Amino acid sequence: MLRKKDLLGLKDMTAEEICDILDHTDGMKAAFVGGKQLENLRGKCVATLFYENSTRTRNSFETAARLLGARTMSISVSTSSVQKGETLIDTGRTLDALGTDLVVIRHSMAGTPNLLAANVKASVVNAGDGMNEHPTQSLLDLYTMKEKFGTLKGLKVVIVGDVKHSRVARSNIWALGKMGAETIVVAPYTLLPSGIEELGCEVNTDLEEALIGANVVMGLRIQLERQKAGLFPSLGEYSDEFGINADRLYGICENALVMHPGPINRGVEITSEVADSGNSAICEQVTNGVAVRMAVMDMLVGGLQ
Amino acid sequence: MSSILIRNGILTDTTVTHGDVFIDGGKIVKTGDCSGITADKVIDASGKYVMPGLVDMHCHLREPGFEHKETIESGSLSAVRGGFTSIACMPNTNPVIDNPALVRYVTMRGAEAGYAHVYPIACITKGMKGEELAELCRMKDAGAVAFSDDGRPVSDSGVMRNALEYAKTFNLLIIDHTEDKSVSGDGVVNEGANATIAGLKGISRAAEEIGIARDIVLAETLGARVHIAHVSTAGGVELIREAKSRNVKVTCETCPHYFCATDEEILSYNTNAKINPPLREQSDVEAVIDGIKDGTIDVIATDHAPHSAGEKNREFDLAPFGTVGFETALSLAYTNLIESGDAEMTDIVRLMSHNPSKLLGLPTVWIKAGAKADIVIFDPEQSWTVNAANLASKGKNCLYDGWMLKGKVVHTIVSGEIKY
Repeated sequence: MLRKKDLLGLKDMTAEEICDILDHTDGMKAAFVGGKQLENLRGKCVATLFYENSTRTRNSFETAARLLGARTMSISVSTSSVQKGETLIDTGRTLDALGTDLVVIRHSMAGTPNLLAANVKASVVNAGDGMNEHPTQSLLDLYTMKEKFGTLKGLKVVIVGDVKHSRVARSNIWALGKMGAETIVVAPYTLLPSGIEELGCEVNTDLEEALIGANVVMGLRIQLERQKAGLFPSLGEYSDEFGINADRLYGICENALVMHPGPINRGVEITSEVADSGNSAICEQVTNGVAVRMAVMDMLVGGLQ
Repeated sequence: MSSILIRNGILTDTTVTHGDVFIDGGKIVKTGDCSGITADKVIDASGKYVMPGLVDMHCHLREPGFEHKETIESGSLSAVRGGFTSIACMPNTNPVIDNPALVRYVTMRGAEAGYAHVYPIACITKGMKGEELAELCRMKDAGAVAFSDDGRPVSDSGVMRNALEYAKTFNLLIIDHTEDKSVSGDGVVNEGANATIAGLKGISRAAEEIGIARDIVLAETLGARVHIAHVSTAGGVELIREAKSRNVKVTCETCPHYFCATDEEILSYNTNAKINPPLREQSDVEAVIDGIKDGTIDVIATDHAPHSAGEKNREFDLAPFGTVGFETALSLAYTNLIESGDAEMTDIVRLMSHNPSKLLGLPTVWIKAGAKADIVIFDPEQSWTVNAANLASKGKNCLYDGWMLKGKVVHTIVSGEIKY
């Protein structure tokens, strides 16, 4: 049971709370893959408030909400209009007045879900805030790992890529640490944020060394704008040094589960050969995303309350 | 003008004695035993410090242009509530203070308000654009006490070189907000573990320290003087310490938030902890205190930076930088420097009154007969909890809201008149 109004991040959650969500996800996944319509959120209204483009995450949340019987509203705000348009707090109050029970927010700025949550009656679920957290992505990653290995305790998880700008990496480092897994982040120093070890992970700049004994290899999306900002010289060189390819995977950790939050830059973070291999859980992650989001929304505003 | 007799205080400037202070005609007439004297107003100062009024060489009064944040009147009232009798305000208003008429306007508005003495700091460059020098001498003649493009650095080293060299001709004080913008970028908090935990963009200490190092090199090369605003890092303190040991004419200030708070304050996305330069880490706090103790740091200034509630209560990245500071500065210094044993009250007088007066060319106040009666009376025994809503400043953006502080300003006397 979640004794919380909101899901803002995993850094402030306990292992027990995370376990409860993962346990509750089992039933949700069974309903989803079994094509069963649930009524847990019947009469409830879920709004997705996205200040950043994302069809994948938004569709996942809206699918989850509808499968639970909720009505959905979709609000897109272009980031460029944030400065001059309606304030976030006013938008939140409008959603309250429209009878919204749960707001799913994505924003390019860290801490924004906290600001919204402090100013609205509705429950708030963070669907990604700047470089801070993306808790439901991490929960679906944990669920996918748990499905494959039965437990998270003792797993060695290697996260490779733009850790500096990644909320997925941060949420996973927090959560994996709480669940007793070992996390190693791999990137050039320009893509590693200062003091990342304090979140409870190891840092290694040598991918091949890090992969020894890995159970999970997770690639993070590299955005071309990072190259333009001078953080690495070219996608080709990045791929040479940090790409997840068949030689590395099968040569070092042939049974490792390969994950990626998507969308993938094929041939950059990960080769097509690996992404489409039997090791890849990338499509399963998408399915599990719907189930985890159903579990979270049900536990925050659903019949289980 | 009525006379005032302060009885039985701890009279503190560079020395400490016990006694009375008799004030008449805007001046201190007698100190020591004044038992035979009658006055219009008698203040019992038993157990309280009677000190020279505080002088703030770095604050933002926002007028003209941003009166929704603060006015010269509300800001100077806030100042006297905090024990400041003289305040020098930064020119990043709208319009910026870059010509003599605007300098006179600020001075006049300060006199009209009638609380603390208000002294304008004027721009180094026209339009605060960092390109052409503003009319420094004409603005000095109009009343400017120093020159700064505060809020932004003078990024172009050639322009800074000319500013320091030209200012040297007339012994004008240049105050630099040191920040290499190409390094700080769009950062909002100190770069380090807490920025990473919060997922906020970091500002490297290097941004500030590169600016300090550049200014030291220029000052040394030119034999000119320069004052570094709001030093926040251990490395910055060390650069200045080392330069002073070589007799480079560099002086500097820090602010209470750099010795009272760390970047842990940002973990809750409290926008009142969003300050530039950013709150740093405990090791920096300790280095700043060491710099205060060994004289590397000359001045404690407030960098009082009021903003409206609507501007601060929003996304962390979009909120403006700054905390208000007048009404808490002396209590913070007492709580974090005196109570901890790191400084004496005579040091506080030096850091918060005498040194800034000297740098700005203002009359230095002593608790002695003949001195101008700019006085603060401070009760070290009073503990209080800061409540931002009760501040006199229009800006309620107070980092210290809810903090328990030791010691409180009980009266402020400006030119012989009780203003608080």
